Amino acid sequence: MSTLLSLLDAVLVVSLVLLGLSAVLVVVRLLRGPTGLDRLVALDVLVAEFLCGLVAYAALTGDSALVPVVVAISLVGFLGSTTVARFVRRGTGR
Amino acid sequence: MTGPAETGLEIALDTVGTVLIVLGVLLTLVASVGLLSLPDVLSRMHAATKPQVVGLLLVVVGGALHLRTSVDVWMLVLVGAFQLVTAPVTAHVVGRLAHRGDGVRRDLLYVDELDDSPDVADPGPDTARTGPDGEPG
Repeated sequence: MSTLLSLLDAVLVVSLVLLGLSAVLVVVRLLRGPTGLDRLVALDVLVAEFLCGLVAYAALTGDSALVPVVVAISLVGFLGSTTVARFVRRGTGR
Repeated sequence: MTGPAETGLEIALDTVGTVLIVLGVLLTLVASVGLLSLPDVLSRMHAATKPQVVGLLLVVVGGALHLRTSVDVWMLVLVGAFQLVTAPVTAHVVGRLAHRGDGVRRDLLYVDELDDSPDVADPGPDTARTGPDGEPG
Protein backbone atom coordinates (compact mmCIF):
# COMPACT_ATOMS: atom_id res chain seq x y z
CA MET A 1 0.00 0.00 0.00
CA SER A 2 2.83 2.41 0.69
CA THR A 3 4.18 1.69 -2.78
CA LEU A 4 0.85 2.85 -4.18
CA LEU A 5 1.01 6.02 -2.12
CA SER A 6 4.57 6.77 -3.23
CA LEU A 7 3.46 6.13 -6.82
CA LEU A 8 0.68 8.67 -6.38
CA ASP A 9 3.18 11.19 -5.03
CA ALA A 10 5.46 10.58 -8.00
CA VAL A 11 2.53 11.10 -10.38
CA LEU A 12 1.74 14.40 -8.66
CA VAL A 13 5.35 15.53 -9.04
CA VAL A 14 5.23 14.65 -12.74
CA SER A 15 2.03 16.66 -13.14
CA LEU A 16 3.71 19.64 -11.46
CA VAL A 17 6.55 19.35 -13.98
CA LEU A 18 3.98 19.28 -16.81
CA LEU A 19 2.40 22.42 -15.37
CA GLY A 20 5.79 24.11 -15.44
CA LEU A 21 6.24 23.10 -19.08
CA SER A 22 2.87 24.51 -20.07
CA ALA A 23 3.65 27.69 -18.13
CA VAL A 24 6.80 28.05 -20.24
CA LEU A 25 4.66 27.74 -23.40
CA VAL A 26 2.28 30.40 -22.11
CA VAL A 27 5.17 32.72 -21.23
CA VAL A 28 6.43 32.38 -24.82
CA ARG A 29 3.03 33.56 -26.05
CA LEU A 30 3.03 36.30 -23.41
CA LEU A 31 6.35 37.66 -24.63
CA ARG A 32 5.73 37.16 -28.34
CA GLY A 33 2.01 37.98 -28.64
CA PRO A 34 1.52 40.60 -31.32
CA THR A 35 -1.40 42.40 -29.71
CA GLY A 36 -2.22 43.32 -26.16
CA LEU A 37 -5.20 40.98 -26.23
CA ASP A 38 -2.87 38.03 -26.81
CA ARG A 39 -0.86 39.03 -23.79
CA LEU A 40 -4.04 39.48 -21.78
CA VAL A 41 -5.29 35.98 -22.62
CA ALA A 42 -1.85 34.51 -21.93
CA LEU A 43 -1.68 36.23 -18.55
CA ASP A 44 -5.11 34.86 -17.66
CA VAL A 45 -3.99 31.32 -18.52
CA LEU A 46 -0.77 31.84 -16.57
CA VAL A 47 -2.70 32.81 -13.44
CA ALA A 48 -4.94 29.75 -13.83
CA GLU A 49 -1.90 27.48 -14.20
CA PHE A 50 -0.42 29.00 -11.07
CA LEU A 51 -3.68 28.13 -9.29
CA CYS A 52 -3.47 24.56 -10.62
CA GLY A 53 0.09 24.30 -9.37
CA LEU A 54 -0.86 25.54 -5.92
CA VAL A 55 -3.73 23.05 -5.64
CA ALA A 56 -1.54 20.20 -6.87
CA TYR A 57 1.18 21.16 -4.38
CA ALA A 58 -1.37 21.26 -1.56
CA ALA A 59 -2.58 17.80 -2.62
CA LEU A 60 1.01 16.55 -2.72
CA THR A 61 1.97 17.75 0.73
CA GLY A 62 -1.44 17.46 2.35
CA ASP A 63 -0.92 20.98 3.64
CA SER A 64 -4.13 22.98 3.49
CA ALA A 65 -2.54 26.33 4.32
CA LEU A 66 -2.35 27.19 0.61
CA VAL A 67 -6.10 26.96 -0.04
CA PRO A 68 -6.95 30.56 1.04
CA VAL A 69 -4.11 31.71 -1.21
CA VAL A 70 -5.82 29.94 -4.12
CA VAL A 71 -9.10 31.71 -3.37
CA ALA A 72 -7.42 35.12 -3.16
CA ILE A 73 -5.46 34.69 -6.40
CA SER A 74 -8.54 33.54 -8.30
CA LEU A 75 -10.36 36.72 -7.25
CA VAL A 76 -7.47 39.08 -8.01
CA GLY A 77 -6.63 37.43 -11.34
CA PHE A 78 -10.13 38.03 -12.67
CA LEU A 79 -10.08 41.68 -11.60
CA GLY A 80 -6.68 42.20 -13.19
CA SER A 81 -7.51 40.73 -16.58
CA THR A 82 -10.86 42.49 -16.86
CA THR A 83 -9.36 45.83 -15.84
CA VAL A 84 -6.54 45.52 -18.36
CA ALA A 85 -9.11 44.73 -21.05
CA ARG A 86 -10.71 48.10 -20.41
CA PHE A 87 -7.49 49.85 -21.34
CA VAL A 88 -6.80 48.06 -24.60
CA ARG A 89 -7.03 50.79 -27.22
CA ARG A 90 -10.13 50.66 -29.29
CA GLY A 91 -9.60 49.75 -32.91
CA THR A 92 -5.93 48.88 -32.71
CA GLY A 93 -6.03 45.88 -30.39
CA ARG A 94 -2.82 47.04 -28.69
CA MET B 1 -1.75 -4.30 6.31
CA THR B 2 -3.74 -1.13 6.67
CA GLY B 3 -1.91 1.27 8.89
CA PRO B 4 -3.64 3.68 11.23
CA ALA B 5 -2.95 6.59 8.90
CA GLU B 6 -4.59 5.43 5.68
CA THR B 7 -7.68 3.29 5.44
CA GLY B 8 -8.86 1.74 2.21
CA LEU B 9 -11.37 4.49 1.56
CA GLU B 10 -8.75 7.18 1.99
CA ILE B 11 -6.41 5.40 -0.38
CA ALA B 12 -9.21 5.16 -2.93
CA LEU B 13 -9.98 8.87 -2.56
CA ASP B 14 -6.29 9.73 -2.98
CA THR B 15 -6.11 7.62 -6.12
CA VAL B 16 -9.19 9.19 -7.69
CA GLY B 17 -7.98 12.65 -6.76
CA THR B 18 -4.58 12.05 -8.32
CA VAL B 19 -6.17 10.78 -11.52
CA LEU B 20 -8.37 13.89 -11.70
CA ILE B 21 -5.38 16.17 -11.10
CA VAL B 22 -3.43 14.47 -13.88
CA LEU B 23 -6.36 14.83 -16.30
CA GLY B 24 -6.70 18.50 -15.42
CA VAL B 25 -3.00 19.10 -15.90
CA LEU B 26 -3.14 17.42 -19.31
CA LEU B 27 -6.04 19.66 -20.33
CA THR B 28 -4.06 22.68 -19.16
CA LEU B 29 -1.13 21.52 -21.28
CA VAL B 30 -3.47 21.23 -24.27
CA ALA B 31 -4.67 24.77 -23.60
CA SER B 32 -1.09 26.05 -23.52
CA VAL B 33 -0.16 24.33 -26.78
CA GLY B 34 -3.27 25.78 -28.40
CA LEU B 35 -2.46 29.22 -27.03
CA LEU B 36 0.97 29.03 -28.58
CA SER B 37 0.04 27.58 -31.96
CA LEU B 38 -3.35 28.98 -32.98
CA PRO B 39 -3.41 31.84 -35.50
CA ASP B 40 -5.42 34.75 -34.08
CA VAL B 41 -6.79 36.22 -30.88
CA LEU B 42 -10.23 34.63 -31.14
CA SER B 43 -8.95 31.08 -31.55
CA ARG B 44 -6.30 31.61 -28.88
CA MET B 45 -9.05 32.76 -26.57
CA HIS B 46 -11.01 29.64 -27.49
CA ALA B 47 -8.04 27.54 -26.40
CA ALA B 48 -7.52 29.64 -23.32
CA THR B 49 -11.04 29.48 -21.95
CA LYS B 50 -12.57 26.06 -22.56
CA PRO B 51 -9.85 23.45 -21.84
CA GLN B 52 -8.25 25.65 -19.23
CA VAL B 53 -11.45 26.11 -17.21
CA VAL B 54 -12.27 22.40 -17.33
CA GLY B 55 -8.68 21.59 -16.40
CA LEU B 56 -8.76 23.90 -13.42
CA LEU B 57 -12.09 22.40 -12.32
CA LEU B 58 -10.64 18.88 -12.51
CA VAL B 59 -7.56 19.92 -10.54
CA VAL B 60 -9.71 21.61 -7.91
CA VAL B 61 -11.94 18.54 -7.52
CA GLY B 62 -8.85 16.35 -7.24
CA GLY B 63 -7.34 18.61 -4.62
CA ALA B 64 -10.60 18.55 -2.65
CA LEU B 65 -10.53 14.74 -2.75
CA HIS B 66 -6.98 14.86 -1.39
CA LEU B 67 -7.50 17.39 1.38
CA ARG B 68 -10.94 16.16 2.59
CA THR B 69 -11.43 18.80 5.27
CA SER B 70 -14.68 20.73 5.32
CA VAL B 71 -13.15 24.20 5.16
CA ASP B 72 -10.77 23.23 2.35
CA VAL B 73 -13.45 21.51 0.31
CA TRP B 74 -15.75 24.53 0.48
CA MET B 75 -12.97 26.95 -0.37
CA LEU B 76 -12.06 24.84 -3.40
CA VAL B 77 -15.73 24.74 -4.42
CA LEU B 78 -15.64 28.53 -4.19
CA VAL B 79 -12.59 28.65 -6.47
CA GLY B 80 -14.29 26.42 -9.06
CA ALA B 81 -17.54 28.35 -8.98
CA PHE B 82 -15.74 31.64 -9.27
CA GLN B 83 -13.77 30.41 -12.25
CA LEU B 84 -17.00 29.29 -13.92
CA VAL B 85 -18.57 32.71 -13.32
CA THR B 86 -15.64 34.89 -14.36
CA ALA B 87 -14.23 33.05 -17.38
CA PRO B 88 -17.20 33.95 -19.66
CA VAL B 89 -16.91 37.61 -18.64
CA THR B 90 -13.26 37.82 -19.57
CA ALA B 91 -13.86 35.86 -22.78
CA HIS B 92 -16.71 38.17 -23.75
CA VAL B 93 -14.67 41.32 -23.22
CA VAL B 94 -11.66 39.94 -25.07
CA GLY B 95 -13.76 38.64 -27.97
CA ARG B 96 -15.57 41.94 -28.37
CA LEU B 97 -12.34 43.93 -28.38
CA ALA B 98 -10.73 41.45 -30.77
CA HIS B 99 -13.61 41.71 -33.23
CA ARG B 100 -13.38 45.49 -33.17
CA GLY B 101 -9.66 45.54 -33.61
CA ASP B 102 -7.37 43.42 -35.71
CA GLY B 103 -7.58 40.33 -33.56
CA VAL B 104 -9.57 38.30 -36.08
CA ARG B 105 -8.15 36.67 -39.20
CA ARG B 106 -11.12 37.38 -41.46
CA ASP B 107 -9.87 35.01 -44.13
CA LEU B 108 -10.20 32.09 -41.73
CA LEU B 109 -13.86 32.74 -40.94
CA TYR B 110 -16.70 30.99 -42.69
CA VAL B 111 -19.38 33.28 -41.33
CA ASP B 112 -18.91 36.61 -39.59
CA GLU B 113 -22.27 37.32 -38.04
CA LEU B 114 -21.15 40.69 -36.73
CA ASP B 115 -19.78 41.84 -40.06
CA ASP B 116 -22.41 44.39 -41.04
CA SER B 117 -22.47 47.37 -38.69
CA PRO B 118 -20.95 45.56 -35.75
CA ASP B 119 -21.16 48.22 -33.08
CA VAL B 120 -23.76 50.69 -34.23
CA ALA B 121 -26.61 49.20 -32.22
CA ASP B 122 -24.56 48.86 -29.06
CA PRO B 123 -21.43 50.96 -29.12
CA GLY B 124 -20.36 49.88 -25.67
CA PRO B 125 -20.01 51.65 -22.37
CA ASP B 126 -17.02 53.76 -23.34
CA THR B 127 -18.40 55.35 -26.49
CA ALA B 128 -21.92 55.90 -25.19
CA ARG B 129 -21.10 59.31 -23.74
CA THR B 130 -19.00 60.66 -26.58
CA GLY B 131 -21.82 61.42 -28.95
CA PRO B 132 -23.34 59.78 -32.01
CA ASP B 133 -20.25 59.99 -34.19
CA GLY B 134 -18.43 58.14 -31.41
CA GLU B 135 -14.89 59.44 -31.53
CA PRO B 136 -13.09 57.04 -29.22
CA GLY B 137 -10.92 58.72 -26.65
